[in-house]
Amino acid sequence: MPVSGNNKSKGKSRWAAGVTPYKEMGYYRPDYEPKDSDILCAFRLVPQEGVEADEASAAVAGESSTATWTVVWTDRLTAYENYQGKCYRVDPVPGTDQHIAYVAYNIDLFEEGSIANLTSSIIGNVFGFKALKSLRLEDMRIPPHYVKTFQGPAHGVVMEREYLNKYGRPLLGATVKPKLGLSARNYGRVVFEALRGGLDFTKDDENINSQPFMRWRDRFLFSMEGVSRAMGETGEIKGHYMNVTAATMEDMYERAEFAKEIGSVIIMIDLTIGYTAIQSMSKWARRNGLILHLHRAGHGTYTRQKTHGVNFRVIAKWMRLAGVDHIHAGTVVGKLEGDPHAIRGYYQTLLADKLKPDPQLGLYFEQDWASMPGTMPVASGGIHAGQMHQLLHYLGEDVVLQFGGGTIGHPDGIAEGATANRVAVEAMIQARNEGRDYLQEGPEILARAARWSPSLYKALEVWKDITFNFESTDVPDAVATLTV
Amino acid sequence: MRITQGTFSYLPDFTDEQIKAEVQYCLDNGWAIAVEHTDDPHPRNVYWDMYGLPMFDLKDPAAIMLEINGCRKTFPRRYIKVSGYDSRYGRQTTALSFIVNRPPEEPGFRLDRQEFNDRSIKYTLHPYATEKPVGQRYE
Repeated sequence: MPVSGNNKSKGKSRWAAGVTPYKEMGYYRPDYEPKDSDILCAFRLVPQEGVEADEASAAVAGESSTATWTVVWTDRLTAYENYQGKCYRVDPVPGTDQHIAYVAYNIDLFEEGSIANLTSSIIGNVFGFKALKSLRLEDMRIPPHYVKTFQGPAHGVVMEREYLNKYGRPLLGATVKPKLGLSARNYGRVVFEALRGGLDFTKDDENINSQPFMRWRDRFLFSMEGVSRAMGETGEIKGHYMNVTAATMEDMYERAEFAKEIGSVIIMIDLTIGYTAIQSMSKWARRNGLILHLHRAGHGTYTRQKTHGVNFRVIAKWMRLAGVDHIHAGTVVGKLEGDPHAIRGYYQTLLADKLKPDPQLGLYFEQDWASMPGTMPVASGGIHAGQMHQLLHYLGEDVVLQFGGGTIGHPDGIAEGATANRVAVEAMIQARNEGRDYLQEGPEILARAARWSPSLYKALEVWKDITFNFESTDVPDAVATLTV
Repeated sequence: MRITQGTFSYLPDFTDEQIKAEVQYCLDNGWAIAVEHTDDPHPRNVYWDMYGLPMFDLKDPAAIMLEINGCRKTFPRRYIKVSGYDSRYGRQTTALSFIVNRPPEEPGFRLDRQEFNDRSIKYTLHPYATEKPVGQRYE
C-alpha cells in the first residue's frame, strides 16, 4: 500500500494496530458467492503505479463499506464480516490499464427506500481515494429485496399511456426554444402551436425556472392556455412539462400544487435538485396524479468519461427506483453523446422487468425489477423527422421523441413542424406494422408520405442531410473490442 | 375539425386492406382485437361502447374484418375504433388503437373558460355533439 511509514504488515496479525492491506482485512474474497439479497457493483478502476489490481479492488470494497485507513479494534465489537464489502472478482480489461472489480454488499448496509443512503455508501467516499488513478461505477444489481423498499415511478409507462389515451406509437414532444428570453405570453404561443400541430407534449427546458424575463406562475398560466386550446382543436389530451425545479422543497411544492390546480397532467424536475428531492417529488406526483418528468441536467459531468464517475445505466436504475415517470436517456442519432448499444442497455434498464447480463449492451448483471413499473425514456437533442426510421429502430415504441428545433425551426411554422413529425411517426409505425423493412426503406416511406403531406415535405427538404456523426466516448467494452 | 385520437389519425383514412394489415400485426403479436364505438368524442371519454367482447379467440383477420364492418354498418355515423389488447404480464393494456370510422361531420369542441381569482382559469372541453341526447347526435 502506498501509505508511507515503516509499519510492515507482513506476518502481522489481523488486529495488530497499524496499517494492513485491505486484501488481508477481508475485503478481497475471491471465494465469496454473492447472496441473492446482496447488492452487487461493477467498478472500473485504474490503480496507481505500484498498486496491485486486487489490492486496489479490495480498497474500493473497503472504503465503500466499513474500512478506514488503519486497523481499529472497535471492528471487533461487531459481526464485521457481515458489513464488509467483498470484492469477489477482478477482471482486467484487455488492451488497457483498467480492471473491472465486482463487489458484493450485504443488504443490511443500506436504509430501505433511500437513494441518498445507497449512494452515500457506494459512491460516498471512495472516488477520492488516492490509491486509485481513476474509478467509475459501471453497473449495479439491485436485488428484489431492496427494489421492493422503493415506491418506483409515480405512474409508469402503462398508466401514463392509459392516462393520456395514446397507444401504439412513440409519444412526441418539443422543448420550447429559445430556452431563455421569451416572455410568458410568447412562450405559451409556442406551446399552443406545437401541440395543435400534433405533438403530445411540450417542455420547459432544464434552465427555465423563474427568471426575471419570465416568472414561473406566468409561464404556467400562459402554457395552460396553449395546452387547453390545443386540446380543443384536436380532441386529444396534451401536456406541457412544467418545470418546478427551484431552490427549496417549499418552492417546488408550491409550483407543483399550482400546476395541479390549473389542470396540468405533468410536471418536471431537474436531476440537479438531488436524489432526496426527486424522491419527495415522486411521492407528491403519485399522491396528486401528475406525471413526473426528469431532465438529467448535469449528468454528463460524471457519466460521460469512460474511466471516471458513474455510468448512466446506474443513474437510470436509481431514477427508476426514485420514482420518475420520464427520464432523458439518449437518442443515438442526435447531437448528444450516446453509443447505440449502451443506449439500448439504458432503455432496457428503464423499461424491462427482468434483464440478463449482456456485455454488448454494457449490462454487467441480471436485474429483476420485481414488477416495478417502467420509466419512459425520452430522446431529445438534435433529432428530426427525417431520422424517424432510425429512431424507431434504435429506440422502439415506448419513448418520447422530442423535436425542439425539429419542430420550431420548420420553415412554415411551429404547427407545421409538429405535423411533419406526427405524420412521419405514424407513417413509420404503419410501415413497421405492415411488415416492411422500415430501417432500409425509411427514406422512401417518408418521401411517399411527403407526397401528400406538405409539412413533412418541407421538413425533409430542410433537414435531410443533418447528422451528428462523432465517435462516442463511452462504449461498452465488448463492443469496443469487436469494432477495434 | 378532425379529431386526432388514435395511432394513425394524421394519415389518410385507412382502406380495408390497410386495416386488415394492422389486424394481422395485432394477431401476430398475440393481441386480442376489440371494436368500440361512441358518439361522445371527449378525449377523456374512456369507455366507448363495446361492439361485442374483445375477440380473444378469433385469429382470422377476414372474420375480424366482418366484425369491424358490421359495426360500421350498424353505426355509420359514429366514431369507431379498433384496438389490439396485450394481456402479457407486465403490460396488460392496450397496445394499438386507431379510428376506422368517423361521423360525416365533426363539429369538434367548445373550450369553456371559467375565470376565477388571480388570473387562474379552469378549462373545460365541451363536445358540440353532446348537446344532443345519445342516439340523436351526428344525425
